[in-house]
Amino acid sequence: MRSARKPAGRLGVLATQAAFVAGILALWYLATTRWGVSRILLPSPVAVWNALVNVVTSGEFLPDLRVTLFEVAVAFAISATCGVTIGYLVSRSGFRTRVYEPLFAAMYAVPLILFLPLYVLWFGLGPASKIALGATISFFPVALNTITGFSHVDRTLVTAARSMGASGFALFRFVLLPAAFPVILAGMRLGFTVALLSIIGTEVLASLAGLGHHIVELSENMEPARMFAYVAFVVAIAAVLNFAVSLLEAWGRRW
Amino acid sequence: MVRVTEPAIRIRGVSHRFGEEGEARNVRALLDTSLDVARGELLCLIGPSGCGKSTLLNVIGGLLAPTAGKVEVLGKGVAGPMPREVAFVFQEHALFPWNTVRENVDLGMRFQGVAAAERAGRAQRALAAVGLEDFADHFPGQLSGGMRQRAALARALSLQTDILLMDEPFGALDEQTRMILGEDLSVLLAATRKTIVFVTHSLGEAVFLADRVAVFSARPGTIKQVITVDEPHPRKPDFVMSEKFTKLRNQLYGLLHDEIRKTMSAESAGPKTPGALS
Repeated sequence: MRSARKPAGRLGVLATQAAFVAGILALWYLATTRWGVSRILLPSPVAVWNALVNVVTSGEFLPDLRVTLFEVAVAFAISATCGVTIGYLVSRSGFRTRVYEPLFAAMYAVPLILFLPLYVLWFGLGPASKIALGATISFFPVALNTITGFSHVDRTLVTAARSMGASGFALFRFVLLPAAFPVILAGMRLGFTVALLSIIGTEVLASLAGLGHHIVELSENMEPARMFAYVAFVVAIAAVLNFAVSLLEAWGRRW
Repeated sequence: MVRVTEPAIRIRGVSHRFGEEGEARNVRALLDTSLDVARGELLCLIGPSGCGKSTLLNVIGGLLAPTAGKVEVLGKGVAGPMPREVAFVFQEHALFPWNTVRENVDLGMRFQGVAAAERAGRAQRALAAVGLEDFADHFPGQLSGGMRQRAALARALSLQTDILLMDEPFGALDEQTRMILGEDLSVLLAATRKTIVFVTHSLGEAVFLADRVAVFSARPGTIKQVITVDEPHPRKPDFVMSEKFTKLRNQLYGLLHDEIRKTMSAESAGPKTPGALS
């Protein structure tokens, strides 16, 4: 009985979620058609869908998507490299771990996006300021997880490897790194998500190009249907990218 | 020149203390222990928990530097791990969970410095010896506890060392599994002629496997008595039913019983003496 109820429970959850989304869409539709909410404030879902089809088929999103993805890729490459390297160096000494881990955790808790005006002053309105801020924000989860990963390697495994003659690089390559790897990957997934969020967010606030920039432009040009279509498009892109990163993380934990 | 009669392991006046004297957490684990282990002999170390048997094993293997005394292995003073002379099997199997069984065996030889061309064949033979050929490409997490210990044994055997140190290798397994593994181990080790030091909690396991059993006193541990088990290897399952087995097992029980009582009362009563409770 219990085992028969489980899949039904999962189906029930899915059905309720679908009904919830359908309900919101229905309310949205009624608000624009029956209850007289202005098209300027809230475009109808049909108009948004048509705009989305138009945006995707025309390929007009490509230049902005390219800018945003470039910024995310560079920012993440910087934060992943620095986060793993610095995290490893910190984790090698108990003293450094006790000094830096709380500092990194505290800085991660600060809304670093507040530093955007400063970054724009330093790096200009172009991609450089987005990359710098995205890299700064995503550095912390990567570094923190790297420290945790390397500090919690099972001592028995290290002892066993030493008894078989492992030391130095072999110990790092075959024991410490694979032991810490899943935790580091989890940090990278978090880092990637915050890099993506903060870069699109900063594009909205101060930029010359990118998906976030385009959304603000559409809003200022009073094109709400296209603006909503772009928001939906960004949500879809973010979901695809996060899914890809989650797959990578699952692969890292396959054992 | 090394004479054949020279012991494989020579332990002289070894003492060990964890932590510094005067510190709250300082523990005298081992006190002035001396012992020889002959070549090809299987010696069991048995004693109450905390008596220092595992400490002694780690000192022999060079994983721990003793605070006093010295150990020689195959005529050489021990100053650190000796991967070419000594292999370990640990209680918690210590297999790398991200590697398959075959990769685990291969990695041990790689650490030891065996050429790549030779490793595959040696890994295959070691896995066959413990009956794990069909599970070579499984991850440790996909195996039962007994199979994991077989895999750990295969890794140790593939290293082809003269000496094997086993720290309660079957300690985490259930009674039936450890009985079967014990029988298999006796057959396997009779064929390899290795020198083995085997730490155990189980009286039956000690009598069944060992040529000699060294009984430890309570902490700080030292060897109280050494009992000889005069029975050829490989041992048959019938040996367990023999009168000789029962007599030796009872003798061990008698020796251990008092030491375990001492350990227990030291742990529960602190400075009090037994009987002072009433």
